Amino acid sequence: MSVAPAATLLALMQSGSTVAASPLIALALVIPLCWAVLTAMRPAPRQTLLVLSGLGIWNVASAMLWWHTRANGVVNYALGGWSEPLGIGLRADGIASSLVLLTAVIAGGCGVYRLCTPDADLRGTAMRWFWPLFFLLGAALNAVWLAADLFNMYVGLELLGLSAVGLVAVAGTTAALSAALRYLLAALLGSLAYLLGVALLYAEYGSLALSSVASGFAPTDTTIVALGFITAGLCLKTALFPLHGWLPPAHSAALPPVSALLSALVVKASFVMLLRIWLGPGAPLLVPTVAQGLGVLGAGAIVWGGWQAIQHADLKMLVAHSTVAQLGYLFVAIPLLIDASDTARAFAWDGLMLQIVSHALAKSAMFLASGTLIAAVGSGKVVDLAGVSRHMPLALFAFGLAAVSLMGLPPSGGFSAKWLLLQAALAGGQWHWAAVLLAGGLLTAGYVFRVFRASFLQGAEDRFTDTPLGWDVVALLLAGMAIMLGLLSTGPLDVMRFGALLQRGIT
Amino acid sequence: MTTLLQSAPLFYALVGALLVAIAFTAFAAHTHVLRRLLAFNVMGTGSFLILVGLAQHTRGPDPVPQALVLTGIVVAVASTALALVVFRRWYEATGHVVLPEDERA
Amino acid sequence: MIASFLPLWVLASSLVPAILIFLLPEQQRGARTALNLTAAVLKLVLVAIMTWGVAQGTVYEVRFAMVPGADFILRADAMACLFAGLSALLWFFTTVYAIGYLEGAPNRSRFFGFFSLCVASTMGIALSGNLITFLLFYELLTLSTYPLVVHRGTEKALAAGRVYLRYTITGGAALLLGIAVLYSLVGDVEFLETGSLRSVPESAWPQLRIAFALMIAGLGVKAALVPLHGWLPQAMVAPAPVSALLHAVAVVKAGAFGIVRVVYDVYGIEFARQLALLTPLMIVACATILWGSVRALAQTDLKRRLAFSTVSQVSYIALGVSLFGPLGTIGGLVHLLHQGIMKVTLFYCAGNFAETLGVHDIRELDGAGRRMPITSTAFTIGAFGMIGVPPLAGFVSKWYLGLGAFEAGMPWVLGVLIVSSMLNAAYFLPIVHRLWFRPIAGAWPEEHTFGRFETSAWFLVPTIATALFTVGAGLFAGAPFSPLEWAMLITRREYLP
Repeated sequence: MSVAPAATLLALMQSGSTVAASPLIALALVIPLCWAVLTAMRPAPRQTLLVLSGLGIWNVASAMLWWHTRANGVVNYALGGWSEPLGIGLRADGIASSLVLLTAVIAGGCGVYRLCTPDADLRGTAMRWFWPLFFLLGAALNAVWLAADLFNMYVGLELLGLSAVGLVAVAGTTAALSAALRYLLAALLGSLAYLLGVALLYAEYGSLALSSVASGFAPTDTTIVALGFITAGLCLKTALFPLHGWLPPAHSAALPPVSALLSALVVKASFVMLLRIWLGPGAPLLVPTVAQGLGVLGAGAIVWGGWQAIQHADLKMLVAHSTVAQLGYLFVAIPLLIDASDTARAFAWDGLMLQIVSHALAKSAMFLASGTLIAAVGSGKVVDLAGVSRHMPLALFAFGLAAVSLMGLPPSGGFSAKWLLLQAALAGGQWHWAAVLLAGGLLTAGYVFRVFRASFLQGAEDRFTDTPLGWDVVALLLAGMAIMLGLLSTGPLDVMRFGALLQRGIT
Repeated sequence: MTTLLQSAPLFYALVGALLVAIAFTAFAAHTHVLRRLLAFNVMGTGSFLILVGLAQHTRGPDPVPQALVLTGIVVAVASTALALVVFRRWYEATGHVVLPEDERA
Repeated sequence: MIASFLPLWVLASSLVPAILIFLLPEQQRGARTALNLTAAVLKLVLVAIMTWGVAQGTVYEVRFAMVPGADFILRADAMACLFAGLSALLWFFTTVYAIGYLEGAPNRSRFFGFFSLCVASTMGIALSGNLITFLLFYELLTLSTYPLVVHRGTEKALAAGRVYLRYTITGGAALLLGIAVLYSLVGDVEFLETGSLRSVPESAWPQLRIAFALMIAGLGVKAALVPLHGWLPQAMVAPAPVSALLHAVAVVKAGAFGIVRVVYDVYGIEFARQLALLTPLMIVACATILWGSVRALAQTDLKRRLAFSTVSQVSYIALGVSLFGPLGTIGGLVHLLHQGIMKVTLFYCAGNFAETLGVHDIRELDGAGRRMPITSTAFTIGAFGMIGVPPLAGFVSKWYLGLGAFEAGMPWVLGVLIVSSMLNAAYFLPIVHRLWFRPIAGAWPEEHTFGRFETSAWFLVPTIATALFTVGAGLFAGAPFSPLEWAMLITRREYLP
């Protein structure tokens, strides 16, 4: 089975620029699924060659899909030639292709990080299920990014929830198990709410394809109730304040590469679904009141998450609460996306896209670096970091670069995203969101500098465990990408505008 | 009331809604993980009834909702299985049946 | 090819060493020293070439799209060369000083890495061609100086670091908002001689004023304008070369240089006057000049007295900017250089006293002139320069500022200058008196001997060099490429014909 996608890929690469898009889209699902099966056949905590080949092929295929979208625009594809509604319809627009590539890159980083883990840390009965779940998670993410209809999104979302919960539980500690259970209950509740909404929409429109729902859309009572269910379910899954309670324990109790994947990508999946539904078929119902309401919740997340991160004694809890806060920025962008001014909407879209990507890179780097620091210090407490600035300079540097992006300081993707959102807020005269954006930056500085403060204190010597160099390299690379994105964002942003969901058009 | 009696699918859908409501109440009221899991399963069944019933009520017999529900059932079974595995491990490790956050509350 | 990318090379000449130093193992002392000195010399040469080109009328520029609606621009104009030249020169001397200062101290790799990064940020600030690029390097400077402030890792250093961050991060947010307001009004705001906002319709003038206030507040934090100066005396806990760098070159000058850029190259001096922005700036500057001097009088710690002196002296630049007229401009710009050279001399001397004799308090300096004549002479030159004694550098600045006050029709500003000079004398002369005319009180607190000279040669060479520059900048003020001549060149380009 492993030969088939590799051979296809080779054929594709040889055919040069005339690559057909459709197999590429399918490959984005097939490759991770194949490796999920392959690694499950003889599950083991370490399958270096198999995993590395999988990650490599996955990255190459994703990059080719992105390149194809960049050159040729949006592509629709019916998997196996079966058309909707019984077949699986896929659609690779700019945001989908970009997120497929982002997933491959971050999964690559997290996978390599995991491969570098010393044998001593791989003991535990559940560890051998790491790789099957890891690749399944990748396939589920790609399914969500590429889904063109409401039901495929549901399937992707469920697969995602299950593999994510499994990955949290793999850590095997009681904290991880209870966090996994809580996460599972929240995820199940969220997806059921979503499914109910989908059921209502199907009853109303007789179709599940986003495009057909959009074309027949009418703001009936059923539709409003359906969108309410869908929104509530997806907000729960995105951990939007005040529905975020499940996130910090799950993201902090998991293994470092799992935390990184969860914070960077998994929570974004439900957000992208929300975006596709509200800006697609639901656009007529996205009135300013609704949008401002979502924005207010986002602002609540920024303040509450930031404040909690400042309070927490535990490093990974700090980083996890930072995710809650950073997700708030995504929702703050929503009222700006429906602004009356074309300029404001264009800026808001670019800013939102950049925030999604740069937060994913920065947060995965930060979780990986935190994992390294914790392994070196042997404690998860922030105060125990005293002295790491001397002994773990690379890990701390990676943490620092990631922090620069999260704080929105230049040069970084986080800064450019904040800048664009700020421009959107000012262009649309929505000053209150500008204030929220700036306050969020200050709060972020408040909690990340707690970490630096602790690490610059002179600590006792000789109490540090050596960590693999590969850990630092991966974290540095991901953080470096978050920084570089600040200088070179126009190219990626151009692609992410293809098939943009803004109905009134991007200028 | 008359429409309800005339249309069996709508009746199913309403029963489904009732089930969802009951199960949601149970989900919120109980803290025992297994009870919550049961509530979730009942909730799932309720929403499948809505999915099929409502669609058939508005547009007659239709294979699509059936296919969707089938997928949904598979997902629900898988989730329940995963939940049970994780719960059992956790129960063996700690002896608790209620999640720590709920215990405090 | 090399010529058009010259600004990029100038930036790279400290950015690349920064990265290499981070990667060097702690024990590689020789390699690190060689790398530091090579980079510093290379940068001096590059900046000299660039300055020569700019004097001939060349404009070097590198630009690419950074985010939609804003470019990343590095551009060498006359103003950029002023600040880049100062930084390159003082970086070289401070590097020499720091190599000696940190002999045997821990964490040298980290120190020199961030030190180079700090200079790279300063170069970026000098060469920024528009506001967003300026902001980028301005924030990078905040980040790269924080590890230097907390370098010692003591509770006190960390507390100072926290104060430093509170001020600078909040200031950065104000600056960001101000810049964002301008961009939302007119799009990308490039630095252009004589300014670029004149065409903004009168209906948008209130926003222009708000943006100006926000930007000056953000820049004022680093320029230590009262009441935003609180971080500066606290940051004195940092090692001596850092204090010298923070106070003479990098941080305070970045703020002052930003103010210069905003007034001349964003708003344009004529337009700024039309918007009535100059008078409030002048009032703040005068208040800072007087308040800093008054507070300096009360300090007994040498470095803290110098820090308050910096608060006061840096505002001469803002004062010169806010005096409308070419002479005031010349005074402000030339002081940007002169204050840097003089203050760095004084900080080197303070470091020499601390490292050689263990003296931190002014009252312990009695008779130090006999033990350390060269350092004490350099200190005396720096102090006299600050007071404005002719023919030293400080006199030239004050002379032009005074003329500028008359030219702008505000003779009362001369009063501020005179009072300030008297205060300068009041807090510097007692130190000079103690150095030369008091008997040695007894044993020094913690004396070290460094071979043949009164102190380490690593310390002496930079101290002597900058003291000589202080004399030279005043004596040869009329020579080509002197700070004064360069300030005049800029001034000719900044006023509308």
